[in-house]
Amino acid sequence: MGRYVVRRLLQMIPVFVGSTFLIFFMVYALGDPVAALFGDKAPDPATAARIRSELYLDAPLWKQYLHYMGQILTGDFGTAFTGQPVLELMADAFPVTLRLTIVAVCFEILFGITLGLLGGLRRGRGTDTTVLLLTLVVVSVPTFVSGYVLQYLFGVKWGLVSPSVSPYATFDELMLPGLVLALTSLAYVTRLTRTSVAENSRADYLRTAVAKGLPRHRVVTRHLLRNSLIPVVTFIGTDIGALMGGAIVTERIFNIHGVGYQLYQGILRQNSPTVVGFVTVLVLVFLLANLLVDLLYAVLDPRIRHA
Amino acid sequence: MRGRRRTLHRPSRARAGAAAVALLLGAAGCGGGAGSTGAGVVRASWGDPQNPLEPANTNEVQGGKVLAMIFRGLKQYDPGTGEAKNMLAEKIESKDQQHFTVTVKDGWTFSNGEKVTAASFVDAWNYAAHVDNKQKNAPFFQEIEGYDKVHPRSGTPTARTLSGLVLKDEHTFTVALRTKFSTWPDTLGYAAYVPLPRAFFDHHAAWLKKPVGNGPYRIDAYTRGSVMKLSRWDGYPGEDKARNSGVELRVYTDNNTAYTDLQAGNLDLVDDIPSTQLKNVRADLGDRYINQPAGIVQTLAFPLYDPAWSRPGADKVRRGISMAIDRDRITRTIYRKTRTPATDWTSPVLGEKGGYKAGLCGEACTYDPEKAKRLIQDGGGLPGGRITLTSNVDTGSHRLWMDAVCNSINNALGNDRACTVNPVGTFADFRNQMTEQRLTGPFRSGWQMDYPLAQNFLQPLYYTDASSNYGKFSDAEFDGLVDEANAESDTARAVGKFQDAERILARQMPAIPLWYQNGSAGYSENVADVHLNPFSVPVYERITVKP
Amino acid sequence: MPEQPAAHDPGADTAVGPAAGGAMAVATDDAGTLQRSLDQGPVPGGPGSGKARSLWSDAWHDLRRNPVFVASALVIAFLLLIAVWPQSIAPGNPLSCDLAMAQDGPSPGHPFGFDTQGCDVYTRTVHGARASITVGLCATAGAALLGSVLGGLAGYYGGWWDALLSRLADVFFGIPVILGGLVFLSVVTSDTVWPVVGFIVLLGWPQISRIARGAVVGAKQHDYVQAARSLGAGHTRLLLRHIAPNAVAPVIVVATIALGTYIALEATLSFIGVGLRPPTVSWGIDISNASTQIRNAPHMLLWPAGALSITVLSFIMLGDAVRDALDPKLR
Repeated sequence: MGRYVVRRLLQMIPVFVGSTFLIFFMVYALGDPVAALFGDKAPDPATAARIRSELYLDAPLWKQYLHYMGQILTGDFGTAFTGQPVLELMADAFPVTLRLTIVAVCFEILFGITLGLLGGLRRGRGTDTTVLLLTLVVVSVPTFVSGYVLQYLFGVKWGLVSPSVSPYATFDELMLPGLVLALTSLAYVTRLTRTSVAENSRADYLRTAVAKGLPRHRVVTRHLLRNSLIPVVTFIGTDIGALMGGAIVTERIFNIHGVGYQLYQGILRQNSPTVVGFVTVLVLVFLLANLLVDLLYAVLDPRIRHA
Repeated sequence: MRGRRRTLHRPSRARAGAAAVALLLGAAGCGGGAGSTGAGVVRASWGDPQNPLEPANTNEVQGGKVLAMIFRGLKQYDPGTGEAKNMLAEKIESKDQQHFTVTVKDGWTFSNGEKVTAASFVDAWNYAAHVDNKQKNAPFFQEIEGYDKVHPRSGTPTARTLSGLVLKDEHTFTVALRTKFSTWPDTLGYAAYVPLPRAFFDHHAAWLKKPVGNGPYRIDAYTRGSVMKLSRWDGYPGEDKARNSGVELRVYTDNNTAYTDLQAGNLDLVDDIPSTQLKNVRADLGDRYINQPAGIVQTLAFPLYDPAWSRPGADKVRRGISMAIDRDRITRTIYRKTRTPATDWTSPVLGEKGGYKAGLCGEACTYDPEKAKRLIQDGGGLPGGRITLTSNVDTGSHRLWMDAVCNSINNALGNDRACTVNPVGTFADFRNQMTEQRLTGPFRSGWQMDYPLAQNFLQPLYYTDASSNYGKFSDAEFDGLVDEANAESDTARAVGKFQDAERILARQMPAIPLWYQNGSAGYSENVADVHLNPFSVPVYERITVKP
Repeated sequence: MPEQPAAHDPGADTAVGPAAGGAMAVATDDAGTLQRSLDQGPVPGGPGSGKARSLWSDAWHDLRRNPVFVASALVIAFLLLIAVWPQSIAPGNPLSCDLAMAQDGPSPGHPFGFDTQGCDVYTRTVHGARASITVGLCATAGAALLGSVLGGLAGYYGGWWDALLSRLADVFFGIPVILGGLVFLSVVTSDTVWPVVGFIVLLGWPQISRIARGAVVGAKQHDYVQAARSLGAGHTRLLLRHIAPNAVAPVIVVATIALGTYIALEATLSFIGVGLRPPTVSWGIDISNASTQIRNAPHMLLWPAGALSITVLSFIMLGDAVRDALDPKLR
């Protein structure tokens, strides 16, 4: 087990190198960012050349990459075009987005698994159909619309919450945005739970458990649910990374200055230090989340063991 | 056995985890909400400035808002008329429209106590022009003698300072220009020309964190990316003192959210109403909605470097396309009158005196589908039978008008494939395609004025090889008229020459004027006396807060 | 990750024997060990089922009599029909738009009203089916195929295979959609939907592969798999006959919902300027245009989003029915 974790952690090194290079290359492929810094006006050639050489943009790709990696190893993640160090941007953005992700994942776990369980236990009946219809609404209505409508209703019409999130982005302010962010994933978690539960509810061990007179809630939580959670846990594991990096729309609607926003700005302005820095941290988050999921497999099913 | 033992521990661990999460959520619930704002403070929407807040490095409106609050220059544009009036300048004199003597008023200081002298200007301008400082507005100083020494097109500079700037005494300096430029003093209201305190040069990093200027406000706190708090500077010597106790600029990444916050009473001023809310803005805000002309014009430029667009007869095609665009309907339905159909290449904010002339473009800018079709046929048809219209789509919902313009052209020509849109993902990519002359069809060309002069709308865009002449239009007669206008000391005659030059544009149609952009803003019931200046920036110092 | 096939694990071997399995079931109260064991009847298609119909033909037999399957199949057939031949029910031209009608409500001949550009919403919704369904179906099929093959192999073999494939998936996960879209789709441009399909497959497979890997890791522990292995079944047979039918459910669930999100993802790509371009008409483009106008013209969103819902619904139902038919426990 310990050796397994160490090996997985060591695998991060090639992934780190691979993904930084890939992202670095992709931003490079977008083209020269300097021309866009001058607004409506044509860039002044001499100034543009100075900026390019300062940013190492006039060097060949491999040199740029080596220079960047050298910087990173000394703890310098470069600066955004606003002159702000990327490290500072990350220190501001990641805690906010982490809180948002925690809220969203809590919603997924609470509502997704509960609704899925209800649907799976009452297959084909009213509850199941209602949950299915809710799933459909969530899948076909864009986040922009659900976010905007909920923001308008809660923030303006009923005045229950502030429509935008303050720079402090506390957990209570992030409830509504977290819900909006969780919506699409809720559909997946609900359907996955429902299907697994429906499948497992016919398994023999469950009949045995019921037959020997265990209380219903014990059968459901200890036997049925735990055996149904592997796909759900896998999904939530993959979703953590997606939620952290892909909350662009939600962050925009609620004015959250998080990872999605910084990443989006970095991409549009083609600032490689910002993009590579943020994505690198995100990839590390994926790796850790996946490791956690793999360790959870062994918890959910003791027969799965990690050498 | 091993498996069983594990089972015993498992649920409790899971429960502990759930409890921890619940605790975390609960504890956070007690945390404070938004920071409190003091009495008499205007809460206004803002966008993250794209560049460090140096005056000569700020070329977009968000950074410009701050500079407008914390700096005053030699001239100040009247918020109502746009007229350039003396601010720190006692007088600016010239006998030959080329050599100017500037006298700076006595009694002005920066908010840190330093005196504003002629040296504050000369040092600032030398800093801005020097290539090593990488200031994006450096080209504003290219008219000054010696610019090519401090800012050579390539290689290292051979001088530290502009030879055309000479300090005479504490309050006087002289400026020598390369050519005659009669309206040069009127350009000095632009933010790049403001004076800078020694603190800027001596403690640059600290200054950038919290800029210090000589305007009616000073910066109390600046959290980059989220909020800037400014308060009234009581020692401000100017006439235009702030009428509120301060301004809190809040960064919004989406103007729709700012608008929603305004509706919810969390914000006092939104200076950019989202286009999707224009339909409801009257119902939501009543008369707390401002929609007035700003110095921005949108055009569609043609790639005249492409032989298909510059061959004889192509001018008819260009005029025909212009006449196939139903500007009136597009500005009414898509923009709800926050744009005005353009009938010349300048802007209504210049006023008749400043060079704006409604209808100068004539029938070439009037919607007439029949004639458009005929003109295009006479001119040899669209190059390759179809055109693509290119713009970046990462900002400004450009996609909407692109679709509308294409549909209008297609309907006029009776061919639903004649015009297609070519959206480009990033502004940088779009700009590179423009500068590298890769575009083969008309492309968006927006122009926001730097100073309210007709010259600013014409020379940078259509003069041969001018900096922002992306379509490579070149016409000797046009260039000659612009030169004459610049040398003219009489404003009315200069304006006449500029308008003659514009008439050449109407014949050649190197760029189709689409519409003039308005500034639109909305404000809460807490504040009054909200105005936008001709640059569509709110006049913050005039806003009053209701007790 | 599981390295050793559990069949070689002495601890797991006990479960194969009917007596041991039954005894443990009562004695240990441990759900994890209570699995279907061989003495309770042969697994269809597994060893011992003799010349019985194969799992797949069994499934087909069930499906034909399942009303849910028949209904969803009919809806899908209808959707495919209008995708191939939209003029059959909407003879109008989806590209003919008149701003004078912008955002108007329904009128005779225009049952769904008009969008912001004054195009007929009904015509656009019907004509949008082709691109949207092509993108949704092909991208889902591609991502599901690639993801389940790679994820299944990673989960089954474990070890270096798993490390390599899973870490590759992690790198792909890390690519932001917008960055990937801007780079990939501005290099590969065409008037067809294929670059968009390819791009979605490229970004979509890692998720399905993670799900498939997890399901295979879980399924390969089952007693019947161990039993089949000890009876000498080869890798291919084990994977296809024993593991795949028991691991396919979560993949089907994720793929059917992904169908909807991929159609919507196409809209995101169009929004940033790299997705489908006119003259292609799609639900994604229309939903994206409508979503900002929700306060002004909700009908613009209702119809394309409704069409998307019906498509997703019928595929979810179809997937459900197929999964049920493949589930041996239901017999």
